[in-house]
Amino acid sequence: MKMTGAQALVKSLEAEKVEVIFGLPGGAILPAYDPILDSPIRHILVRHEQGAGHMAEGYAHVTGRPGVAMVTSGPAATNMVTPLCDAYMDSVPLVVITGQVSRSFIGTDGFQECDTVGITRSVTKHNELVMDPAELPMLVRQAFHLASTGRPGPVLLDVPKDVLQAEIDFYWPSDEDVAASLPGYKPTVKGHPRMIKEAARLISEAQRPVIYAGGGILKARAAEALRELAERAGIPVVTTLMARGAFPDDHELCLGMPGMHGNYTAITALQQADLLVTLGARFDDRVTGRVDAFAPHAKVIHVDIDPAELGKIRQPDVPIVGDCRQVITEIVKALGDAPQPERSEWRAMISGWQERYPLHYDPYIAGDALKPQQVMEVLRDSAPEGTILVSGVGQHQMWASQYWKFNEPYTWVNSGGLGTMGFSVPAAIGAKVGRPDRTVWAVDGDGCFQMTAQELVTASSERIPVKVAILNNAYLGMVRQWQEMFYEERYSEVYLSPDLPDYVKWAEAMGCAAFRVEDPDEVEPTIAKANSIDDRPVVIDFRTDAREKVFPMVPAGASNDDVVVHPAQSTSTRKVVQ
Amino acid sequence: MTTSSGAQHQTLSVLVENRSGVLARVSGMFARRGFNIISLAVAPSDDPRFSRINLVINVEETSVEQMTKQLFKLVNVVKITELHPSEAVERELLMLTVAAGANQRGEVMELVGIFEARIVDVSPAAVTIMLAGEPDRLDDFEDLIRPYGIVEIQRTGRVALPKVRKAS
Ligand SMILES: Cc1ncc(C[n+]2csc(CCOP(=O)(O)OP(=O)(O)O)c2C)c(N)n1
Ligand SMILES: [Mg+2]
Repeated sequence: MKMTGAQALVKSLEAEKVEVIFGLPGGAILPAYDPILDSPIRHILVRHEQGAGHMAEGYAHVTGRPGVAMVTSGPAATNMVTPLCDAYMDSVPLVVITGQVSRSFIGTDGFQECDTVGITRSVTKHNELVMDPAELPMLVRQAFHLASTGRPGPVLLDVPKDVLQAEIDFYWPSDEDVAASLPGYKPTVKGHPRMIKEAARLISEAQRPVIYAGGGILKARAAEALRELAERAGIPVVTTLMARGAFPDDHELCLGMPGMHGNYTAITALQQADLLVTLGARFDDRVTGRVDAFAPHAKVIHVDIDPAELGKIRQPDVPIVGDCRQVITEIVKALGDAPQPERSEWRAMISGWQERYPLHYDPYIAGDALKPQQVMEVLRDSAPEGTILVSGVGQHQMWASQYWKFNEPYTWVNSGGLGTMGFSVPAAIGAKVGRPDRTVWAVDGDGCFQMTAQELVTASSERIPVKVAILNNAYLGMVRQWQEMFYEERYSEVYLSPDLPDYVKWAEAMGCAAFRVEDPDEVEPTIAKANSIDDRPVVIDFRTDAREKVFPMVPAGASNDDVVVHPAQSTSTRKVVQ
Repeated sequence: MTTSSGAQHQTLSVLVENRSGVLARVSGMFARRGFNIISLAVAPSDDPRFSRINLVINVEETSVEQMTKQLFKLVNVVKITELHPSEAVERELLMLTVAAGANQRGEVMELVGIFEARIVDVSPAAVTIMLAGEPDRLDDFEDLIRPYGIVEIQRTGRVALPKVRKAS
């Protein structure tokens, strides 16, 4: 069938069952926006291209399907770099289409030309400049295949304007065509049987094992398998920032989040473990603290679909390349019915830490600003079943992860690896588009909110009723915390003001319902009101205490053994009983 | 590029798809991940769909395993063969122009003879010499010629193939 490149592009997206594109048109991509008018694919017009990228990420996080963004060349493509990098760091499947100047202008510094594939090469799993219009359908198929298989990630197609205008013979390549067109791409999904046996042996011998579960569990849709393994072997589980929800927080084996702002028990269990069953995690520095002091007594089983993660930071004793779901299932099989060692001593150590070092914050004192942790607790306890929580980056993100109870996978969306301020508002919009049946709450900082708040205009005009709780401490709080603790309280460029901007007026101007809460008694009723509004976005400006710090904390570069707990807990010696 | 040997090295023979931008992907990845390479040579392979990149890396500063794995993550990388020096035949080509006037030319010619190099260009004040061979030999030759005044030098970086197993 003869058609233009633009029509072929849109038809290919339809063939990939794309239901929504987040984007914003411009000169080079113009031809592709014409067939969009006749396509069943929903297009959401953003207010800034970075928003389109994060929306596509939010969509991908909650649906597991590639998020799609389409923008023009030059400045639009550069606006997309942050979401691409964010998606690359957190292995989020994206397909991003950028317009490019016509082929004959490439290399001439034409209007709105930039070297998009060059700029994005190191922040994409793969990218291609489409020079042959006939290749468009194949490249779209490849893009979706690459984005969603193996270790997922963002793929970018840069499409020159005249490629969109050229006439081509449309054909839709088969699976075999795609495989044949990618001779260098064959992710290993099945774990090595000998390694799986060896893993089962180590598990069956371990006295103090811990499962260190990372975001790969969610990518592999392996939450069920993980639970089976944990229960079968009776092993406690820590869930990293990227894996919150991969194992239910209310499960007796769940230890919660490890790392720089993890809870004491999760951090210390890893330190004291004699075996780490590392599943889809990558020994990120925010988890390990000083690497050479991390889990010093532990043997390591490391399962990951990306072979390059095995041995990158920590040399595993049992490396297993493969899909987490398949490998975990195989490990469970290999464990068979053989009894596990008696580990009551280990369980007792763990519950001792849990009792002694629960999360803690100072109680509210009349006249003070709200306690951000308390706001999080009320938000959590008022949330409708199945609520999806999205967060920005900073103190509020850590409190969100610490105080929420994640009992279901795919209910937590955040920017882990890149730590992108401004992520939450657009990501929440994308999540709500992907799961319109769910309540979506964004917990945001006042600093973060100011970076991408304009996407609430998108949400209002597209009728995407997300909810935003701003923990407004009038500061770049996380930076303030570091300056307080490590720079002798010399606060440099971190003050933002609580009411400039006026968040309520601003939100209202963007078509949202908006409230301000200063009185602790108003927290619950206002959240209840917000939960009842379903015809437009809601923003609540919570005035929170700027002096609150996130605890526990492992100072940057320190060993996890030197975790700093809340001052109220640090009086007694907290040396671990060996 | 000064010397090619000395440091503990290993050659990676990387088969890549013959698509535009592949070399940029490979070199960009090295730069980003802080991998150093001693030399790099690219050439078409016997199959027009693929090219071959020969990389020599210093195994004391770069983990061969990490580098190989990171290379494999590039979608256009099809196959990687690690060639340990003892299991590979390695060759390199050197061309240099040396300022050899009338009274030094004899000595230079003597070295050319000993190394079985070839003169590829001559002028009254200089000669251009070509030498192909094992990289160590090229190093030796370069060292011996240097006192005469090297005007320009160009080396290709090594190419390598696995040794053929001899029937026993
Ligand atoms: C785009 C970007 N710029 C800067 C930073 C560094 N940074 C990390 S947290 C933070 C403060 C965030 O402030 P806010 O959104 O108010 O959150 P809070 O920590 O106060 O809860 C900053 C500046 C970042 N992570 N991302
Ligand atoms: Mg703040």
